[in-house]
Amino acid sequence: MARETILHRVRTALGRAAGQDPEPAPPPRLRIPESGIDRRVSGFCAALESLAGSATVAHGAEEARQTVAALIAGHTAVASNAPFLAELGVPSLPGVQCGIFDRDELKRACAAADFGITSADYALADTGSLVMISSREEPRLISLLPPRHIAVVPRERILANLDELFTLIPLPSQHSSSLVLITGPSRTADIEQILVRGVHGPGHVHAIIL
Amino acid sequence: MAARVSLFVTCIIDQLFPQVGLAMADVLERLGYEIDFPEAQTCCGQPAYNSGYREEARQVARHFLDVFDGAEFIIVPSGSCTSMIRHHYEDLFRKEPARLEQARRIRDRIWEFSQFLLEVARVEDVGARFHAVATYHDSCHALRELKIKDGPRRLLARVRGLELREMDPPEECCGFGGTFSVKFPEVSGGMARTKIDAILRTGADTVISVDSSCLMQIEGAMRKAGHNVRALHLAEVLASR
Amino acid sequence: MSELPEQAIHAALADSRLQEAIYTATGRLVDKRKAVTSPEVLPDYQELRTQAHEIKKHTIENLDYYLELFERHLTANGGKLVWCRDGTEVADFILSLAKQRGARLIVKSKSMTTEEIELNERLEHHGLEAVETDLGEYILQLAHERPYHIVAPALHKTRYDVADIFTEKLGVQREVVIEQQTLIARRVLREKFLAADIGISGANFLVADSGSVAIVENEGNARLSTTAPKIHIAVAGIEKLIPRAQDLAVFLKLLGRSATGQPLTVYTSILSGPRRSTEVDGPDEFYVLLMDNGRTKLLADSQKRQSLYCIRCGACLNICPVYRKIGGHNYPWVYSGPIGAIITPQFHGVMDDPWLPFASSLCGACAEVCPVKIDLPQILLDLRAEVNKAKLREGKNRLEKLAFRLWAWLMQHPKLYEFAGASGAGLLGEEGRWLSQVPLAVGPVKAWLSERELPAPAPKSFRRLWRERRAGRGA
Repeated sequence: MARETILHRVRTALGRAAGQDPEPAPPPRLRIPESGIDRRVSGFCAALESLAGSATVAHGAEEARQTVAALIAGHTAVASNAPFLAELGVPSLPGVQCGIFDRDELKRACAAADFGITSADYALADTGSLVMISSREEPRLISLLPPRHIAVVPRERILANLDELFTLIPLPSQHSSSLVLITGPSRTADIEQILVRGVHGPGHVHAIIL
Repeated sequence: MAARVSLFVTCIIDQLFPQVGLAMADVLERLGYEIDFPEAQTCCGQPAYNSGYREEARQVARHFLDVFDGAEFIIVPSGSCTSMIRHHYEDLFRKEPARLEQARRIRDRIWEFSQFLLEVARVEDVGARFHAVATYHDSCHALRELKIKDGPRRLLARVRGLELREMDPPEECCGFGGTFSVKFPEVSGGMARTKIDAILRTGADTVISVDSSCLMQIEGAMRKAGHNVRALHLAEVLASR
Repeated sequence: MSELPEQAIHAALADSRLQEAIYTATGRLVDKRKAVTSPEVLPDYQELRTQAHEIKKHTIENLDYYLELFERHLTANGGKLVWCRDGTEVADFILSLAKQRGARLIVKSKSMTTEEIELNERLEHHGLEAVETDLGEYILQLAHERPYHIVAPALHKTRYDVADIFTEKLGVQREVVIEQQTLIARRVLREKFLAADIGISGANFLVADSGSVAIVENEGNARLSTTAPKIHIAVAGIEKLIPRAQDLAVFLKLLGRSATGQPLTVYTSILSGPRRSTEVDGPDEFYVLLMDNGRTKLLADSQKRQSLYCIRCGACLNICPVYRKIGGHNYPWVYSGPIGAIITPQFHGVMDDPWLPFASSLCGACAEVCPVKIDLPQILLDLRAEVNKAKLREGKNRLEKLAFRLWAWLMQHPKLYEFAGASGAGLLGEEGRWLSQVPLAVGPVKAWLSERELPAPAPKSFRRLWRERRAGRGA
């Protein structure tokens, strides 16, 4: 009922008929700048650091693992089940909980943990963003509930910019119910325009590029 | 040169600030232009258009079109009036083909004073001399509709003895806005005071603009507040020797 | 019909603390926006604006097609589209669903659309707890106030105001340090996120080809509201449609920059339905409530339908010299600033707030910063003409109409115009004289003099001086 009414109102307002195909939409003009992997790595790191996130480059799996270990030493962490993290030996670090596939258990664990450790599906060099596609291996809450977020990302996954992301993924719904860009730590300036970090999402974001 | 140009001085300058019109004429004559002043001119119709009286605006605009039909160059010491004619006459006469045609012809022949100097006469130095510390106010219609920003500054840079300082923040409305100034006087006055504060912070003793309506608002508010900054039209400065 | 809120405007102008707060906050946003859209930093900026305008134009002019496309894809993703003619139907649906599911607690992320329909009031009236989770909105909810600004809702509140509100409403010890205040809110709201039955969000964009809802934010409350509870409901006006996910590459580049000077906000969520069977977390149920609530009225006007292109960035508010003086609460509706001024009369009818289209100096700064190039000043001019016509139909405004008719008549008779001018000059004119008062001043003259001195007419008009000059030269 409401559907028919609204569509009818829209068509009347526009002078269009049902089933009338539009002219093609203006073409999307996506521009992907040329840049080598090293440029992207340094670009990503600089961008994230400018947002008060931290980004380090690890030369090898062992260094990556030790960086994570040093960050979380003496704290609790929930790690995702990303195969990449498993390869690095993250799940076996002291204080790390892993292998949670139950939603409620995950929620409880994340609410209590000091750190959330994830990989990332992609990263964006120009804005310092992490691209998180929700999946069995990579749930949503790990990069959201704990006050500190660590993301370990293989360098090949760093894209130049949004344009490249949408070229690779023209239809986000094909992959997942949730695709999230994380661009630095959570923040607000709602009171007197004073910046405060870590309002609801993590106040600390550490990216380790391998 | 002896090219002939027509002046549209605008009603506000005609009645309140005639010295601006005379100054503009001086500058143009010194550049060798012959000046025609069609006496039947009155107003461009903007006050009615801005107040939502389209029919009245059209009547006045038709008169304008008739008075200036056939003029090759129409020079106007006002950004807002030039903009009215260039950008809004077509909207006014959308349903009158003959008038629309007239409006289009005139659109290509009407020039705000500083734009005429720079783009038609192609001069930057008109031989002016004026000792002052001044700041330039970007009147909104000139700035946003006619894209007048650098032009007057280039002309003023050539005025001997003139030091030009920039306001911060730049480009804020003075609060005139036609009938807005009297329909919302307190807000308009508040905007004028913000503008005045910016002017005073430059330390300038003179504020210059291409629109007399802005100058009237600014000077009126300056005087009420008891400040000694004078407001001059660009033409008056350029005519000084 | 609302009258011009003269008293309230006077109060706002006289409140120097408020003026300082508004001016500083908006000034900061203006500067930040300018820095990230400059030609050096974003050489494509003007091109992006044009693209955004073109995409919105195409979408709006073919809106029925894209609405159906969106419905198809959302449904294929496992989501459910609910068509709502107005705010009542939105609230009815939510109340009915809540009842069916036994839901009591709702967390909400920032949505001007839900403010527009006063959703919280309706939900609370029926015994549901609906908690705003955006910090600024949460503070205002506690204070029972409307948002002051589209993007920065608590612009007008100081830390001391917030301290008062938290002490009174939350019973906490008085805290004036902003970081601590934020932690208090975080603590309280965290419990709500984790316990809530339903999360309600708005939508910045509805993506037709992907059946997705795109939400941008900085705090993380939208992510939490749309991830933790088992049910997610997104409420969105029909104008939020864009054709393709790829179009987000254009809009995301403009939205953050225009709103807060950020190339991207901290979180950008693209949500395409309930969680999939392979996913661990996310809502089990996903609803998009597509609302008309008068938007089809705006759609019907081919000149003014561009008002629907708005992506709610707030840039026009920040730059508007009038907004910066009168503040967000002096606009009659939840949408304030220039965008509020053009859509309020279109939604409510011009005679509801006939003064609103005139509350502008037409400086054009809004149009200059609008990321989708809405021609706000022209729409204001059109609305002014409509107000006058409507007033006359009701037999109002006769005096002003008469004045302009006389004026127009005079302007078509140059000799009479000259005579009138000379008479005025004869009475009041004196070289270079400015008047600080005029005896028996009424109406416009009185209004002018309340704030400024008035120039006396020149003793001799330009045309008279010109004639004398030519005579002197023997021309």
